[in-house]
Amino acid sequence: MTNAGKTLEIRTSPHILSGYSVDTIMFNVVLALLPVVAFSVFAFGLPALLTITVAVVSCVLTEDLLCRLRGEPTTVGDWSVTITGFLYGLTLPPALPLWMVAMGGVICVAMGKAMFGGLGFNTFNPALIGRAVLQAAFPVSMTTWIPGFMPDRFTSLPASTLTFPFAQPAVDAVTSATPLALWKFSHESTPTLDLALGTITGSAGETSGLLIVVGGLYLIARNMMNWRIPTAIIGAVVLLSGALHMVDPTQYASPGFMVFSGGLLLGAMFMATDPVGSPMTSLGCYLYGALIGAVTVVIRTWGGLPEGVMYAILLGNALTPHIDQWTRPTVYGSRKGKEVAT
Amino acid sequence: MRLLGLKTFRHGVHPPESKDETSGLAIRQFPFAPLLVVPLVQHMGAPSIPVVEEGQEVARGQRIARPDGFMSVAMHAPASGTVRRIALAPSITGRMVPAVYLEPLPGSTQEVEDGTPCALDTATPEEILAAIQEAGIVGLGGAAFPTHAKLTIPEGKFVDTLIINGVECEPFLTTDHRVMLEQTEEIFMGIRYLLKLTKAERVIIGVEANKPDAAARLQNEFPSDIEGSVEVLRVKYPQGAEKVLFSALLGREVPSGKLPLDIHALCCNVATTAEIGRLLPRGRGIQERVITVTGPAVKRKGNYRIPIGTPLRFVLEHVGVEDDVNRVFLGGPMMGGAASSLDISITKGTSGVTAFTHGAAARTHSRVYPCIRCGYCVDACPIFLNPSALGRLAAKDELNAMVEEQNLMDCFECGCCSFVCPSHIPLVQQFRAAKTSVRKARAAS
Repeated sequence: MTNAGKTLEIRTSPHILSGYSVDTIMFNVVLALLPVVAFSVFAFGLPALLTITVAVVSCVLTEDLLCRLRGEPTTVGDWSVTITGFLYGLTLPPALPLWMVAMGGVICVAMGKAMFGGLGFNTFNPALIGRAVLQAAFPVSMTTWIPGFMPDRFTSLPASTLTFPFAQPAVDAVTSATPLALWKFSHESTPTLDLALGTITGSAGETSGLLIVVGGLYLIARNMMNWRIPTAIIGAVVLLSGALHMVDPTQYASPGFMVFSGGLLLGAMFMATDPVGSPMTSLGCYLYGALIGAVTVVIRTWGGLPEGVMYAILLGNALTPHIDQWTRPTVYGSRKGKEVAT
Repeated sequence: MRLLGLKTFRHGVHPPESKDETSGLAIRQFPFAPLLVVPLVQHMGAPSIPVVEEGQEVARGQRIARPDGFMSVAMHAPASGTVRRIALAPSITGRMVPAVYLEPLPGSTQEVEDGTPCALDTATPEEILAAIQEAGIVGLGGAAFPTHAKLTIPEGKFVDTLIINGVECEPFLTTDHRVMLEQTEEIFMGIRYLLKLTKAERVIIGVEANKPDAAARLQNEFPSDIEGSVEVLRVKYPQGAEKVLFSALLGREVPSGKLPLDIHALCCNVATTAEIGRLLPRGRGIQERVITVTGPAVKRKGNYRIPIGTPLRFVLEHVGVEDDVNRVFLGGPMMGGAASSLDISITKGTSGVTAFTHGAAARTHSRVYPCIRCGYCVDACPIFLNPSALGRLAAKDELNAMVEEQNLMDCFECGCCSFVCPSHIPLVQQFRAAKTSVRKARAAS
C-alpha cells in the first residue's frame, strides 16, 4: 500500500481525550482572576499593584528555584503557582511592607506546596499557608488597611510599603477599618451594595464581590470549577447568618453583609475550590462547602477575629481526606439487598 | 434513572459522537481479498478444531472447524476456494494463533451453502442453543463471548427480561445503527428465537437517542406476537456496556462477581440478534459481518459487510487511507484495541476499523501532570470507583490495596477516567495492566 514502511503507533484505548488539561484549566483560573486584580489596582492604586506583583513574582521564583535545586524541569508552566501568587497577593492588605509580601510568597510555595510534594500533594491551599504565617508573625501589619479610592493612589505610596526588610513599619497616618472590623467592634454595618461593588476598605482582592462572582461563573461555565463548593459555602453562610439575623438583627449581621464582606467570595470561589485540597465526591463537596460556610459564620460571630474565611478553608482542607472517605459512593453491584429491585 | 424523559445511568462521559459521516451510508458488500486468513480463535474460549485439510476445496458457508467443548464455536468458510495452509497467524493481541489460510476461487459465484435449518416453530430450546453454537455466533458487539454459552440458563435460574443492546455508544461506529435500519425483520426473528430459548416474559430494545430513525423503524415494525418495547436512551458513553445498560433500563445492578442471570436478565447485542435471525432459519454460519471503516485517516468511509478473515491491510487498501495515518485500531476510539500489525485479520468480534492521522491523535501525546484531585474521573466512572485513588495506588504498584480497598476487579475498562483526566494520566491503561497481573498471580497460586 501507499504507506509501506510507515510505522503505526500502538497505544491502548482510549484513543481520544476530552481536551481538558491541567495547564489550560489553571491558565483560565488566572484569566478569571485578572478582573479582580485590575479592580484592586484601580481601587488601591500603586500599593496594590506592587503587593500583587511582588506576591506573584516571589511565588513563581520560589517554585522555579526549588525545581532547579531538585534538578527537575520547572513546573512554572502549569500556571498553578501563578494562581497561588495572585490569590496570595489578593488576600493581603494593600499597604503591607513589600519585604513581608516577598517572605510570605516564599513560604506559600516552599512550605505550602513543595514541602508536601508539589502540585497535587499540597494538603492545604498554599496561598493561605503563606497568609496564615504572616497573620501570626505580623498581626498588626496584617490588619492595617488603607482606604480605597484615595486621590493620590497612583502617584504616592504609603510609608509602610517600602519598609526596610525586617523592620517594623511606622504606623501609617491614613488607615481605615474594614467593614467586618466595623461590625465586629462597633456593630456598624456597611451597605451591601458598597460591598458588592467594592467601594470599601479591605484586602487587595476582597473588595469587589461582583467581579469575583463573574470570574467564578466563567470558570463554572467552562466546567473548570466545581460549582458545588461555592454554592454550599454561600448557601451555608446565608442560612446560618440569616437565621441568626432573624433572631436579633442588632447583634447579628445580615446574610447579604456576611456574603459580600471580607474574603468570603474570594475564598469560596477561588480558594476553597482548589481541587487539590477539596473533596472529589459530589456529596463531599457539599459537606466541605457547608462546613467552611458554617465555620466562617461562627468565627466572625463569636470568635475573637473579625474574619474567619482563611481558617475555615484550612480546616476544610484538613478534613478533605476524611470527607472523601465518608462519602465514598457504593461501587456498582456491591450494594447489599439491591440485587433484584423489581 | 430517567433524565428529561429519557432513561440513562449515572455518571459517564460525552465524547464527540463522530457518527454523522457513516450513519447515513447503507451497508455495502466488501470484495474478497486474494487470501483470507481465518483465525480459529475469534472468541473467548478454546480454539475451534479444523475439519478441513490443506489443499481441500470448500464452499462458501461450509463448516471448516468444529467447536472444541462448551466455550468454543464452529467456523465457516468465508468464501468458496481452496484451503492453502493451516498454520499460525498474527492476532490483535500480538500472539500467534492457529488459522485457516483460504484462497477464494476466482470466478466462483460465491453462492452460500445452506445447512440444516433450525425451525423456530419446532425447535426445542436445546436445539436452538446447539444451532447458535453450530452457526459460530459470538457477541458481535466486540467481546466475542460465545453466545450459546451466555444464553445457557443453569438449573434454578430464570430470565424475566431480555435486553437487546442497540445502544452503540462507541464514537465513530455505526454498524448497529445500520443493522437496525436494514435488518429490522431479522432482528425480530432473532428475538423470537431468543425469547423461546430464554423463556423471558418480555424484551426491551435499548437504542440511544442519536439514532431516532432506527428507534422509529423498530417501533413501527414491532410485531404483535412479541411482548416488549423499544426504549430510547439519553446519549451517554458507556451506556452500551451490559452492566451499565441493566441499571439504565431496569434499575438493576449485577452484583459484583455475579452474572446478569442473577438479576434475571440477559443482554444480547442487536447485531448478534440479527445474525441469529438471519442464519438459523437457513442453517448457515457466520462468514462475514458488518463493520464500520472510519476515522479521519480513511478516505472512503462506510459500513461494509466484510468476509471474516480479510486481512486488515486489504481493508485499508480498499478504502484508501491518508498518508499521515499513524494509528489503526479495531473497534471505536474509546475501547478499541490498537492493531499491532496490518497482517491481522478481521474477526467476528471486530465492530469497526478506525484509522487516525497524526493530527487527530495528537491530544493523546500531551504531557502527564500529577493528579490534582479534580474529581473528573470520580464523576465519570459508571461503576462508582475512584480512579484517582486507584491511579495513586497503581503508581506505587500496590495491587493488593487496589483490589481490596478500591474494587479494581470491578473495572470493565471503559476508559472514561482516562478520557476526562486533565493530567493525562493513563488511568485505565494502568488498571488494565494491574488486572492482568492480579489474574496471573491468582492463576499461579
